[in-house]
Amino acid sequence: MLSKDEIDKIKRAREEWEEKSVSKTISRFPERKPKFATDSGIVVKRVYTPEDLQGQDYLNDIGFPGEYPYTRGVQPTMYRGRFWTMRQYAGFGDAEESNVRYKYLLSQGQTGLSIAFDLPTQIGYDSDHPLAEGEVGKVGVAISSLADMEVLFDGIPLDKVSTSMTINAPAAILLAMYIAVAEKQGVPMDKLDGTIQNDILKEYVARGTYIFPPAPSMRLITDIFEFCSKNVPNWNTISISGYHIREAGATAVQEVAFTLADGIAYVDAAIKAGLDVDEFAPRLSFFFNAHNNLFQEVAKFRAARRLWAKIMKERFNAKNPKSWQLRFHTQTGGSTLTAQQPDNNIVRVTLQALEAVLGGTQSLHTNSRDEALSLPTEDSVRIALRTQQIIAYESGAADTVDPLAGSYYVEALTDEIEKRAMEYIKKIDDLGGAPKAIEKGYIQKEIQDAAYEYQKAVESGEIVVVGMNKFQIEEEPPKNLLKVDPAVAEKQKARLARLKSERDNNRVKEALSGVEKAAKGEENLMPYIIEAVKAYATLGEVCDVLRSVFGVYQESVIL
Amino acid sequence: MDRPIRVLVAKPGLDGHDRGAKVIARAFRDAGMEVIYTGLRQTPEQIVEAAIQEDVDVVALSILSGAHNTLLPKVVQLLKEKGAGDKLVVGGGVIPPDDIPYLKSQGIAEIFTPGTPTSESIEFIKSHVRVEA
Amino acid sequence: MDIKKGIIDGDRIALAKLITMAEDGKKEAMDIIKELYHRTGNAYLIGITGPPGVGKSTLTAKLARAYSGLGKKIGIIACDPTSPYTGGAILGDRIRMQELFTDPNIFIRSMGSRGHLGGLSRGTRVAVRIMDIFGMDYIFIETVGVGQSEVEIADTADTTIMVLAPGLGDDIQAMKAGIMEIGDIFVVNKADREGAEKTAREIDTMLDFNEKSTWRPKVIMTVAQDNKGINDVLHAIEEHMKYIKDSGIFASKRKEHIKEEILELATQNIMSEIMTGLSKEELLGIVDKVAKREIDPYSASIDIIKPIKGGIQK
Repeated sequence: MLSKDEIDKIKRAREEWEEKSVSKTISRFPERKPKFATDSGIVVKRVYTPEDLQGQDYLNDIGFPGEYPYTRGVQPTMYRGRFWTMRQYAGFGDAEESNVRYKYLLSQGQTGLSIAFDLPTQIGYDSDHPLAEGEVGKVGVAISSLADMEVLFDGIPLDKVSTSMTINAPAAILLAMYIAVAEKQGVPMDKLDGTIQNDILKEYVARGTYIFPPAPSMRLITDIFEFCSKNVPNWNTISISGYHIREAGATAVQEVAFTLADGIAYVDAAIKAGLDVDEFAPRLSFFFNAHNNLFQEVAKFRAARRLWAKIMKERFNAKNPKSWQLRFHTQTGGSTLTAQQPDNNIVRVTLQALEAVLGGTQSLHTNSRDEALSLPTEDSVRIALRTQQIIAYESGAADTVDPLAGSYYVEALTDEIEKRAMEYIKKIDDLGGAPKAIEKGYIQKEIQDAAYEYQKAVESGEIVVVGMNKFQIEEEPPKNLLKVDPAVAEKQKARLARLKSERDNNRVKEALSGVEKAAKGEENLMPYIIEAVKAYATLGEVCDVLRSVFGVYQESVIL
Repeated sequence: MDRPIRVLVAKPGLDGHDRGAKVIARAFRDAGMEVIYTGLRQTPEQIVEAAIQEDVDVVALSILSGAHNTLLPKVVQLLKEKGAGDKLVVGGGVIPPDDIPYLKSQGIAEIFTPGTPTSESIEFIKSHVRVEA
Repeated sequence: MDIKKGIIDGDRIALAKLITMAEDGKKEAMDIIKELYHRTGNAYLIGITGPPGVGKSTLTAKLARAYSGLGKKIGIIACDPTSPYTGGAILGDRIRMQELFTDPNIFIRSMGSRGHLGGLSRGTRVAVRIMDIFGMDYIFIETVGVGQSEVEIADTADTTIMVLAPGLGDDIQAMKAGIMEIGDIFVVNKADREGAEKTAREIDTMLDFNEKSTWRPKVIMTVAQDNKGINDVLHAIEEHMKYIKDSGIFASKRKEHIKEEILELATQNIMSEIMTGLSKEELLGIVDKVAKREIDPYSASIDIIKPIKGGIQK
C-alpha cells in the first residue's frame, strides 16, 4: 500500500495528464461513447491507477493463494499442481446412448463426468408419465429407476471418476441410485467423489425444475447434508448455483449476491436442523457463469470468494478453514451464444473459459457452438473440450496463480462487485433471508427487470452482439444438428413395463411405505430412499409418495 | 382498432426457462397488448382451455425443452377440434431450423428463434392478427 | 357462429366471445344480452379483494374448486390494472389457478381495467351479466384493493371477502377505516405464518367498534395453498347469503344495483346521443367560442343537449 504522499503525487500527475494529453486527444478524436460501463452497470473509467486501491490492504484483502480470504484462490499452487477438472455436461436419449458418450469423453481426456438428466427425471416423473410426452431423453438422459442408472455407469469405475449430477428437487433419489450402483460395483460410499446440484432455491427463481414447496425441500437438503457428512465424506452435497440466475438475465453483481444469499439460507437451515457448521460447510460448492465481460467476470469470481470467506468466518463463526473456501464450477454463458453465425460462438466460449481460468475455477464446462440451435453434436463438444485443453496446455495462463491480481482495474472491480453484492445481501437479510425474498417475488423481479433492460439495450443497438444485431450476413440454415431418436421414449416405456413386472412388488410397496412414514416424521429420509431405489421402486413412485406428503410448489410470478 | 390485442403467453413442456416468455410478455404489454401469462409446465389441454376462456387473439408459445414437434402441433390441433382454430398461434425458443417447416405445416404461423428482436414478433402479430374492429 | 344459441346451449366459446364483444362495447352484444336478460338474476356474486401478495387468487381458486366439487358452476373474473401509458396489461392471476384450467364447471376470465378507475375493469359488470345468463351459480370477482378501490367491488358483490395476511401490520392500521365497512367476511390467509392469530385478533377487535350493521363479519384463518380453512370460508359465504336473503338486504341491494345500472346506462345513452347529433367540427366550434369567452361553458352544455331534449320528453 502506498503512502498518502505518494498517492497524492499520482493524483496530481493524473490530473495534469487529463488536462493536457487527454483533453487534447478528445477534442480531436472523441471517445466512442459518453460513458463506458460493464453489463452490470459498473462505470468503467478511462484508466485505473494506485488511487483506486487506496483503501486496500494487501495482506488482509488479497493475501496469498490458499489463505484467508482466498481472493487469489483456494489452493496454494492452483493449476501448477493440477489443472481444473474439465467436465462437459452431457447426456441425452437413454442410458445406453449416454453411457457411450461418457466413455467417449473420458477417452478424449475429460477428467470428470457431468450428467444431464431429461426434464421428466428432473421433476420426478417416470418416462411413461403423460407429462413426459415429447420430453423423454431430450435435454438429458432419461433415468426412471436403478436399472437405468446401472446401464448409465456400466463399465465406468465409480471409484476412479468424479461425477457431477445436475439434479435438484429429486437429488436425494438420484444420489441414492448412484450409491446403489457403486455398491454393486463393490465401491463403498466413502470412496465416492462427486457433486449433486441439490440447489432448490435457484429453481424457484431461475431454473424452474422444482417439485415440492420450500420447507420440505429444505428438509430434504439438510437430510442429505447430514447423511453425507457421516457416510459419503467426499461428496459435494450441494452446488449453490448462480449460473442459472445469470442465464435468467441477472447482472454479475446479482449473480454473486443472490447465490451467496441462497448459500446463507442453506447454512442457516442446516444449523437450525442441528448440524455443526464445520461438519457440512466444507462440502458446500458453488457454480457460476462466465459471461462476456472479460475483466468483470474475473473480478466477480475473486469477489465471490472473498465475500463467502468473510460470511463463513464472521457471520457463522466457522472454524475450519475448509468451511471458508468457496470452491466452484464454471460454465460458459449459454445465453451469450447466438444462433446466427454459430461458429463465432467458439470465440466467445474461448474468452469465457479464459475468464474462468483467470478467476481460479475448480472445474469447467465449455459450451458448444451449436447450443443456441439444438443439443450439441459430438464434433462441437470436442471443439469445446479442446478449447479448454488449449488454454491449459498452450496459453500459459495456468502457469502462475491469479495472474491478474494487482491490476488496478481488476482489483477495483473486485472491490466494487463485493461492495454491491453485500448491499443486496443486506437488503435480502432485511426481507428475512433468501426464502422470504423469493416468496415475496423480490429476487425474481430484480432478475426480470435486468433481463428486460438487457433486451431493450440489445434491440436499441446499445449493446452489440456480433453477427446478431451487427455484422449480420445472409446464411444457410445450419446442417447436421443432433437429433434425439424419437424411439427412445417407446424404449423407455417398454423398459419400465418390464421392470415393473419383474421386480419384487411387495418389497417395493414396503419400501415406499417406509419412505412415506419417514417423510411424515422427522427421521433422515436418505436410508429409506436408498432402500426404495434398491428395491427398484421408480423415481416417479418415490416422488409421488413425497408429493402426497409434502404437496407441490405453486409458482408465484410478479411481472 | 381501439381495443387491445389479447395474447396468451404460455410455456408448454417441462423446461423452466422462462426468461424469454417473461421478456416477451413485458414487451407485448409495452406494445399495448393485454397479456395473459399462465406460467410454467402447461399441457396443451390447459393452454387451449385458457385460450378459449380468455378469447385471446394470439397464442404465443415459448418452449426450450426440445419437445416442440410434439407439443406445438398438439395445441393447434386441439384449438381446431374445440372450434377455436381462428387464433393466431406463434412459437419461440431454441428450435432447430430444420423443424420450422414442419411446425409451419402444422399451423404454427411463425417461429421466433433466439436473437429475434421483440419488435419483430410484435410487428408480426400486429400485421397478422384477426381482430374485428 | 350463432352466439346467442351458443350461450343458451352452454358453449364456452360463445360465452368467451360474447364477453369480448361486450367488453369492446359492440352493439350486437348488447342486443343479445337484452334478449336473454330474463335469464339473469340467479348467480350469486362474491367479491374477493385485499392488498397484493396475500393470496387472493389462490383462495379464489380453492373456493371455486370446492364449489365445483359440489356440482356448482363457477365464473371467475380477475381484474388487473391496465397501464395508462401504453394501454397494455399483464394479467397474471391465472397462474395461481392452474388446477382449474380444465375443470368443466369453471370458467375464468382475466380483464384489464382499460381506463376504468375504482378497482374493477371496464367490462366487469357486463361480464357478470353474461356469466349469469350462461347459468353460473357463483361468480367470483377478484381485484387488488388497498384503501379506496375496493369500494366498487363491495358495491357490486353480494358477499365481499377481504383477504389479509399476517405481517401487514401497518397496512391494516392504514386501511382499517375503509375496509371494516367493506368486508362481510375477513380471511387471514397464510395463517401458518407467525403473527396470524394476532392479525385475526386485531381485525376482530376493530370489528367490535363497528355497530352499524346487524351482520357481524366473520374472521377466518386459512392456508389456501394447503386447502386449509376453505370449508370454513364456504360456510361463512352461505351463512352471509342466508342472512342477506332473509333480512331483505339481498332484494333491496339488487334493486339498488338495477337502479344504478339504469342510470349509468342512461348517462351513456345520452352521451352517445349527444355525440351522434354533434359533429366534431361543431363541437370544436363551440369549444372555440368558449375559449374566446364569447359564451360560457354552462350555457354551451345546455345548448348541445337541446336537440335531444325533445326526444327525451317524448
